[in-house]
Amino acid sequence: MAQALSKPDFDRHLREPGAVVYGRRSHWLIPHVDPVLTLLLLILMAAGLLVLYSASGRDMDQVQRQMLFMGAGLAAMSFAAQIPPRMLLRWSWLPYVLGTLLLVGVDLFGSGAKGAQRWLAIGPARFQPSELLKIAVPLVLSAYFGSRLLPPRFKEVCLAVALLLVPLLLVAIQPDLGTAILIGSGGAFVLFLAGIGMRYLAVALIGALTGAPALWFFALHDYQKNRILTLLDPQHDKLGAGWNIIQSTTAIGSGGLTGKGWFQGTQSQLDFLPESHTDFIIAVLSEEFGFIAVLALLALYMLIVVRGLIISLAAPSMFGRLLAGSISLTFFLYVFVNMGMVAGLLPIVGVPLPMVSYGGTSVVTLCIGFGILMAVRSETDTRG
Amino acid sequence: MSPADRFLRNHRNEHLLFVGRLGFATAVVAFMVGALVWRYFDLQISRHGDFVTLAERNRIHVRAIPPPRGLILDRNGVLLAVNRPGFTLSIAVERAGNLDALLGALDELLDLGDGEIERFRELAARRRPYESVPLRYNLSELEQSLLAVNEYRLDGVEISAQLIRHYPLGERFAHVLGYVGRIDERELKTLDPTAYSGIYLIGKTGLERFYERELLGRPGAEYVETNARGRVMRVLDSVPPVAGANLRLQLDARLQEVAYQALADARGAVVAIDTKTGGVLAMASAPSFDPNPFVTGISTAAYKALVESPDRPLFDRALRGLYPPGSTVKPIFGLAALDSGVATSTFRIYDPGVFRLDNSTHEYRDWKKGGHGTVALYDAIVQSCDIYFYTVGTRMGIDRLHHYATAFGFGVPTGIDLPNEAGGTMPSREWKRGVRGQAWYPGDTVNSSIGQGFMTATPLQLAVAAARIAMRGEARAPRLGRTLGQSPVTNPVSEPIVAAAAHWDQVIDAMRGVVEDRRGTAHTAITAMGPMNYTLAGKTGTAQVVGVKQNAKYDARRLAKTQLDHALFIAFAPVESPRIAVGVLVENGEHGSSTAAPVARRVIDAFMQLYPDGAGLE
Repeated sequence: MAQALSKPDFDRHLREPGAVVYGRRSHWLIPHVDPVLTLLLLILMAAGLLVLYSASGRDMDQVQRQMLFMGAGLAAMSFAAQIPPRMLLRWSWLPYVLGTLLLVGVDLFGSGAKGAQRWLAIGPARFQPSELLKIAVPLVLSAYFGSRLLPPRFKEVCLAVALLLVPLLLVAIQPDLGTAILIGSGGAFVLFLAGIGMRYLAVALIGALTGAPALWFFALHDYQKNRILTLLDPQHDKLGAGWNIIQSTTAIGSGGLTGKGWFQGTQSQLDFLPESHTDFIIAVLSEEFGFIAVLALLALYMLIVVRGLIISLAAPSMFGRLLAGSISLTFFLYVFVNMGMVAGLLPIVGVPLPMVSYGGTSVVTLCIGFGILMAVRSETDTRG
Repeated sequence: MSPADRFLRNHRNEHLLFVGRLGFATAVVAFMVGALVWRYFDLQISRHGDFVTLAERNRIHVRAIPPPRGLILDRNGVLLAVNRPGFTLSIAVERAGNLDALLGALDELLDLGDGEIERFRELAARRRPYESVPLRYNLSELEQSLLAVNEYRLDGVEISAQLIRHYPLGERFAHVLGYVGRIDERELKTLDPTAYSGIYLIGKTGLERFYERELLGRPGAEYVETNARGRVMRVLDSVPPVAGANLRLQLDARLQEVAYQALADARGAVVAIDTKTGGVLAMASAPSFDPNPFVTGISTAAYKALVESPDRPLFDRALRGLYPPGSTVKPIFGLAALDSGVATSTFRIYDPGVFRLDNSTHEYRDWKKGGHGTVALYDAIVQSCDIYFYTVGTRMGIDRLHHYATAFGFGVPTGIDLPNEAGGTMPSREWKRGVRGQAWYPGDTVNSSIGQGFMTATPLQLAVAAARIAMRGEARAPRLGRTLGQSPVTNPVSEPIVAAAAHWDQVIDAMRGVVEDRRGTAHTAITAMGPMNYTLAGKTGTAQVVGVKQNAKYDARRLAKTQLDHALFIAFAPVESPRIAVGVLVENGEHGSSTAAPVARRVIDAFMQLYPDGAGLE
């Protein structure tokens, strides 16, 4: 604070009591892990491992690897929770710039899987820069709007949209529709919560509606078009594109109210269900544990979302509110897109079921998100 | 907005705006959760039943277990038709994707011939939907390993253990046993799909076809759980198949071998019948063919070669070959003459070598130029005098000839347990009017009285006639089957031919003379084969293939081989108490005496050796 403050900055520092405590050294010494959220996440992880054990064909190795990922995730979460919100605010541009540069690198040098370039190989490890942006984009946008008067002005909205579009397009051309949706939504949630005018929303809506045909004819890959066509008529190509959706709805539907029992899901255990341990794992849960388990899982997710929204609502700074709100809503979108696509409600895009689907990247990214959520909450704690 | 608002943060407004937006977002979230709950409720509760059905249909498949087909054995238990386990490579065309690429890959591994691929394509074109089509049978161990190693790139390829019908004695029994082959489209339409589930072979000809229903057995079923790739994970339930009944025959494989070998390179047929039961002891037709390729699907080229061969190896001469019986009918018409009073044993005629009907100049010649002089019935049969039978035949008239010949089995199928038997022709006035639209002429009677003209018969009918003479009128239908499973094959007895014992004696005595009398037509040929320890009665026959003009002379040297006369012989032994009757035909064998009689003797010799007096057939 050596230099002279601008009027709005001064104003903010004056009005936000929490601002004063950011710099306290003791912040690092007090644990900021949110016990409610952590408990809910642990229950979710345990349920996920239970389903994964069955979905992987009782492959204990796979379950252990997933446990390792979860451990790493929890560690990352605990660390992220300790970061002072002011530090997050100050360094918010760093992950964004780093992530965007890496994305360019991936698009140029990345290694592909299933015709999509997503991975960056660093030694033996593979890393998806697009994951980083799931956090970086909401972070940078929250920081941007958090330090400005709201509702934002036209110029600010334009800049924010530009900030959002750069990584979004870089991910979309990989192509990775699922991640693009999540990154785009993460940013859009910030914009929405920041209170951009309804006319922008109207323009965006009209733009989407008119842009959809253009997207269809010029941008979408054949396999992506196929997925949308398949959603409309799965019987069209029973053994090809329609197979996944037919088998997953069959698995879900045949589970009934209480399910067929652990390891008893015929669709899952006899390999009719594709990707049963990753993107389609909800079908295994639905088949083996039934509608009741689906409701229970959904309730668990909603408790987490609600907890996140409460943190958001309680945050003293606009930066914290926007960030926590966006992270919580994005988490919900994960759940909705995954459960919706497996149940044949949405086209199939590569979105895992959070904390349940097998895979390290998504677990760790999500955990970091929750860590940041907890960091935002620490702002609230220390104020009182 | 006042200018001040642009610089002063209004926390209350910002917070309200944020809370409003968050509230709106929460409402949207609630709506989306509602959509998910509705969707999962719809799938898991409302349409649960449908999806259970779908899931069960996914995993549970009913597989038919084909029953083992009944074995066919000879009277002594020698296996004639067996089921051999073999590994079959088949392709589920629907799952193969690119069939040409798959066949190419298999060709690299197994070196498929063009014939194999071509045959496979034919079968594939005619297959039932989703039925896998066999490509190669009896895979060797090496071939199985090659396929197993390359399984990952051979989508649609199936290797299954199956029982494959095999005929160990091959061509010796080809005509009588017949063979099984793939069920074709036409058969498929008439078959009971349940009775044939899992079965793809059906009796096509011969005994395999006649006893199809009994040999078939009843298929079982297996309820199996399969995974998405169609691999069977476990058997949930099964109903075992019921094996087909074993068919034990009257045939004696050793005798059949002798009969087949006796025909050697000739085209002809031999039928040997157990006179007491009507059981067929041997029934061979030559040339023959190997029935085994037909089971697994014969190549078009090989089939074409068989069909187009001038020797017609696929043709069952014994059952379906129609030949003029010629002089072999003489004992029957001799008995008819005696029994109807037209002749007595002492009735004589003078044979100048030709016969003329009243008021006609047309000459019917005797086979022997210059004639046999004065002959009675005994000599007429022993020397096969045509003029004698022209005379008595004309006196009896066609109606009476027809009556007796029919009683001995001419002109009607014998009713043997084989499909598609030919019945031959015993002409009558009605027959000629019906078939030819012409009145019966006296000249027709003359030809008929020596088994020529319109008259035709199968070698089987010759053997049956011989058996009826041997048994003095006892008339049984011939039977190949002896027992089917535990139950005996029945053999209907038709009304016996009634004639005075003395008449039977005279005819049979004359037939014995054919062999034993120095002047007998078969004497030289039979006795040249060495001494006999049994008595034999027989009758030679020669059937014209081409007509010889009124003033021309039959000259074997000037006729092509296929235009030479057919040689026939009927016989039974022992004369005192007959046990075996034989009918022989040798196409273009010229004389019954020289080519057909030795065949009959070899068969009867073998029979006598195998079943000496006292060692009964039963």
